[in-house]
Amino acid sequence: MKLKDTTRRLLGVAAICGLAAAGLGASYGTLVADPNDNELVIDGNKLVTKLKAPKDSPFEYLYSGWRFRNGETQRLEVDDFENPAFPLVDLGKELWTKVDGSKGKSCASCHNDAKISMKGVRAHMPKWNKAKGRPLTLEQNINLCREERMGAKPWKWESNQMLGMTAYVGLQTRGMPMSVATDGKMKPWWERGKKLYYTRVGQLDMACAGCHEDNTGKMIRADHLSQGQINGFPTYRFKWQKVGSLHRRFVGCMKNIRAKPYKRGSDEFVALEIYVASRGNGLSIETPAVRN
Amino acid sequence: MARPRVKVPSTASKGEVITIKTLISHKMETGLRKDRKTGKVVPRQIINKFTVTFNGQTVFSTDIEPGVSANPYMQFSVKVPESGEFEFTWVDDNGETYKTKKKIEVKG
Repeated sequence: MKLKDTTRRLLGVAAICGLAAAGLGASYGTLVADPNDNELVIDGNKLVTKLKAPKDSPFEYLYSGWRFRNGETQRLEVDDFENPAFPLVDLGKELWTKVDGSKGKSCASCHNDAKISMKGVRAHMPKWNKAKGRPLTLEQNINLCREERMGAKPWKWESNQMLGMTAYVGLQTRGMPMSVATDGKMKPWWERGKKLYYTRVGQLDMACAGCHEDNTGKMIRADHLSQGQINGFPTYRFKWQKVGSLHRRFVGCMKNIRAKPYKRGSDEFVALEIYVASRGNGLSIETPAVRN
Repeated sequence: MARPRVKVPSTASKGEVITIKTLISHKMETGLRKDRKTGKVVPRQIINKFTVTFNGQTVFSTDIEPGVSANPYMQFSVKVPESGEFEFTWVDDNGETYKTKKKIEVKG
């Protein structure tokens, strides 16, 4: 169909306008929303969700993921009754005193009262294990205890038992600052994690840093991009309608950029966990957190 | 395994109307679902009754039907005349009962 000259000219102008608008849109249209100013207070204790970043950090301030969620989501974390993660925490609490395995022991047999023995533990995870010659996450430590000291079967990474136990143990450290070690023997693992963080992968050719460092604060569709801090894990996510592990979240992120995800508990994810945890050293542990 | 949780304020003034929140983890199997593999009906197993007493006197009671979904959440208001203890009881179809207690101190 041959277009009249005037129509063609109009279309041409419209096309240029469209392109210009798109160009403008790219620089002015992206919505930037600051993390909000609300303070997280649970049972009268104020948790650190905003912290002046150390000199070597790419950020000026460190923000917990809690600050990037809307009021309703934030409110659910403030009250242990409302916090949807607590039924699984209750399961973890039950399993703590449950005898399991060939040696007739429960966690409590050696560790007694979790409130005392597990206080602070989550803040140092992943932690270097001398005997194994490598760092271990909280899940890996739990299974190590189960297999070697209880003679019990290891729990699957995303099983209700493991989620319940990591949530219950993590809760004993709530309010204390994240403080994962990155020096000495941990350094090579930390370096590997750092490399993974900045390496582009997948069909969309993106790295963790692309969203969580370069574009933190911006909206990606309806999602408010956080700094990718992990102080709240294991966390209840509305998307999952369940508590989930950190490695589950890593898998989700990799799927989002159409990369082949590493496995939960893999060396890659352990290294990444060490690095990402260190980026948030100083923020309060919020386990079990509530996120979108 | 059903796990109850309750939220009761620790203190109240005399005659104050307080809000009590309760939640119990329970599958609440309706008896209308079919097992995908065998085609057989999954038998009903729900919490069918929930009762709350205060110092022995019933203050809240409800019969629960299969329409109520998993992990039933019940919230109600109650006037507290004096210090005492609330006792919460859930009755399962299989005869089991789940109980929990919470004390409250009434001032003035």
